[in-house]
Amino acid sequence: MSGPDIVMYEVEFNLIKGIMAKLRTDSNAQVVFLVDKNGQQIATAGDAEHIDATSLASLTAGNVAATDGLAKLIGEREFSILFHEGEKDNIHISIVASRVILVVIFDERSSLGLVRLRVKRASAELAEVFAGLLAKMELEKAKGAASEHATPFSEITDDDIDALFG
Amino acid sequence: MTFINYASREINCKIVYYGPGLCGKTTNLQHIYDKSNIGTKGKLISLATETDRTLFFDFLPLELGTVRGFKTRFHLYTVPGQVFYDASRKLILKGVDGVIFVADSQEERMDANIEALDNLVTNLQGQGYDFNTIPYVIQFNKRDLPTAMSVEDMKKLLCRRNEPIVEACAAKGTGVFETLRAVAKVVLQELNRGQ
Repeated sequence: MSGPDIVMYEVEFNLIKGIMAKLRTDSNAQVVFLVDKNGQQIATAGDAEHIDATSLASLTAGNVAATDGLAKLIGEREFSILFHEGEKDNIHISIVASRVILVVIFDERSSLGLVRLRVKRASAELAEVFAGLLAKMELEKAKGAASEHATPFSEITDDDIDALFG
Repeated sequence: MTFINYASREINCKIVYYGPGLCGKTTNLQHIYDKSNIGTKGKLISLATETDRTLFFDFLPLELGTVRGFKTRFHLYTVPGQVFYDASRKLILKGVDGVIFVADSQEERMDANIEALDNLVTNLQGQGYDFNTIPYVIQFNKRDLPTAMSVEDMKKLLCRRNEPIVEACAAKGTGVFETLRAVAKVVLQELNRGQ
């Protein structure tokens, strides 16, 4: 397979959640999502109950992928920010560390300028966490089965798989 | 590119349905959506044209249950089958964990099947995957049609590795879950091997 799988550990997950909660408060946003470029949701901060987060993650990733394609067509490396303005709610989408997507949903209680400013700071912090996470993933991989995070699939049987389908 | 979250004990895998236009990729997803229990499935999202042809992708998240204490979720995607949507197909293959090729059994669609299969091999390569090693299942769809080619002949034309083959009639639901089960099996086996 190309590239490593993404693995999230408890420590980094809490760090990420902390950064996102702060971003949401500082930017006065309704909700903040972190999504990976393949459409998997990583973390959320804020009131996400009325939003279908799984669909949001997949559509955001599709949107970013299509925009990436457009960028390459005209010779740009990437468009690092996307902004969608609605009547009441707006979506600010940015790429963090070329790897994950930060989505901020906000209304008239905030502004594009404030969101951009706060996203910039949070992005730098998130990039640091992800750099650490990647290094940790490599280390765990090297340790292999001896790792405390050995794959849960190391002893998977056909029966386990059949059980999933009832 | 499986996403394993030790904090919330979740594993997410991405499965892509590939195949020529009108072979039944969206129909597969629609059947899974219709027959799955509420609560285990999310919304079925279709980015389609006004005439219901897939424009970008269909997406269905599906929670299968627990393996070794980890909640296992499959994200099912289809690609647009029409030849001129190649740029979109490439994007959807990003981060794929398993591929289902849906082949149309009608004799007159064999050329389209072969063209789509060649396109899959090329596009996988473009994303850094090797067609010969990626978890992969082929579905022979529309077996109920009178113009369907024999399974043996289809195997000769379309099978390029020792892949699992599932015969199906997606419109009636036959073989749809069997195909999903077959791909889930090879994806989870690959996870086991790969780490």
